[in-house]
Amino acid sequence: MEFFGLTLPSYGWETVLGSAVSGVFLGAIYALVALGLTLIYGVLHIINFAHGALLMLGMYGVFFLWKLAGIDPYLAMLIVVPGGFALGYLLQRFVIGKASHGRDEIILLVTLGLSIVIENGALFFFSATERSVLVPYDLDGIDLGVTYAVWPEIAALAGSLAITGALWLFMMRTDTGRAIRAVARERRGAQLVGINVDHIFAVTFGLGTAIVAAAASLLAPTYPVHPQIGNLFVLIAFTVVVLGGMGSFVGALVGGFLIGITEQLGRLYMGESLGVITVSVIFILVLLLRPTGLFGQRSGQG
Amino acid sequence: MLELRELHAGYGQMKVLHGVSLHVGEGEIVALLGSNGAGKSTLNNNISGIFRPTAGEILFDGADIAGLPPQAVVELGIVQVPEGRRIFPNLNVRENLELGSYRRARSRRGANLDHVLTVFPRLGERIDQIAGTLSGGEQQMLAIGRAMMAEPRLLILDEPSLGLSPLMVEEMFELICRLNREGLAIFLVEQNVVQSLEIADRAYVMENGLVTLDGPASALLADPELKKSYLGL
Ligand SMILES: Nc1ncnc2c1ncn2[C@@H]1O[C@H](COP(=O)(O)OP(=O)(O)O)[C@@H](O)[C@H]1O
Ligand SMILES: [Mg+2]
Repeated sequence: MEFFGLTLPSYGWETVLGSAVSGVFLGAIYALVALGLTLIYGVLHIINFAHGALLMLGMYGVFFLWKLAGIDPYLAMLIVVPGGFALGYLLQRFVIGKASHGRDEIILLVTLGLSIVIENGALFFFSATERSVLVPYDLDGIDLGVTYAVWPEIAALAGSLAITGALWLFMMRTDTGRAIRAVARERRGAQLVGINVDHIFAVTFGLGTAIVAAAASLLAPTYPVHPQIGNLFVLIAFTVVVLGGMGSFVGALVGGFLIGITEQLGRLYMGESLGVITVSVIFILVLLLRPTGLFGQRSGQG
Repeated sequence: MLELRELHAGYGQMKVLHGVSLHVGEGEIVALLGSNGAGKSTLNNNISGIFRPTAGEILFDGADIAGLPPQAVVELGIVQVPEGRRIFPNLNVRENLELGSYRRARSRRGANLDHVLTVFPRLGERIDQIAGTLSGGEQQMLAIGRAMMAEPRLLILDEPSLGLSPLMVEEMFELICRLNREGLAIFLVEQNVVQSLEIADRAYVMENGLVTLDGPASALLADPELKKSYLGL
């Protein structure tokens, strides 16, 4: 097979399907990281540049809980998810919100600055060394025929779907969830029914951070943590958010899977280094052909 | 019940209200009339805590509430139906109404929802419809229904008849009378001068951020000065 002058190898369908399936597992994590980003975008209308740094911080949390207290990385969710929520809430309420005086362009710079502070703090305190969480079950799993899925992959998929579902239920069924959706589209109206908009912004930021902390737990058994790990995922998450439509939940999920599959197929056909480029190519194509993404028209929930 | 004393407010450097004093008593309908840009909405939003007045007092049951955040004002029972309705377009009718009791009267949400739906059967027919797809008149009903969900003691209505058909305007004024008979004090901001004065107990006329005329509605209705300068009659 030839593709822009490159001769691509030809594979049997099992290999291709196997690659696509492992792309689904990878995509589940992308979707989860993107979900936090798209939630914050949809409500606060800001791009949270600190998202990747918060993911990294979550992974260090999981790592140290395992290393120092022997806590299983999945069990660590019970600690890092509430911790992430609290951190996100406080950051938005007392740092980002306060420093920005409600001006979006300043918020952007504040989150960018925050990410630099967190990353350099990590470099200073934890050094650039890669650290891995070792679990006894990381090579066990289920034989799917076309590919072998290890438990961390299965947990990533199940965890992502469960968290997305739980978030959706929360947004639809609880007063706080409805208040978040209300604030996303009509801040003045929300104030006039007595919704404390600053509180809802902080809750939203807290939820976004809690979600990325859950992603950190799901990633820890397969990805070694280092101070720059967040950048890798957040760059892809930006692509997912743009692909899926800014602010759309369904878009984040579908976009995550699409990018995961594309990346794995790209790897299969073009090798490690060129494979990752396929994601960037898709990103640019989407911006050119459908700038609102697959599921987006306006901000708000899809 | 509500009393404004020498209220000054504006936006940054721009002054809009230059010392407004007025009051609304229990069970009254008080109309605030005035042309576009007079500062009526600015006044409402300073009462509701959206903006903070620069000087003066806003007394509610004798306590100064100036500068309280909007949620605290709602909690006290002052609920505003704003100009432009400001319903939640991405939420359905039921969710919009239920959020009306987000801060106040939450424990009586079910009963109040039933009550709102008997007042506005149209909203009941469209209970699962996304609010952004309602007609203008239906959106205005929804905005008022949402405010009713909080069991207001004082209801502030900012140009509720704006953009409605003449028939709907008629219904709107009847509704305001009905809510008032149920015991609600109403502060009505309107450009529909004659109809407002017909249902109001008292009225104020505001020009360029100052109250220039006030008195019983019936007296204002007969006032040749008002007729000439404001009604263009
Ligand atoms: N959010 C705002 N920011 C700045 N200026 C405003 C704002 N809202 C209203 N104004 C200005 O304040 C003045 C009074 O407006 P407003 O209170 O809306 O009058 P009214 O409701 O009587 O038509 C106008 O000059 C208007 O342009
Ligand atoms: Mg106005």
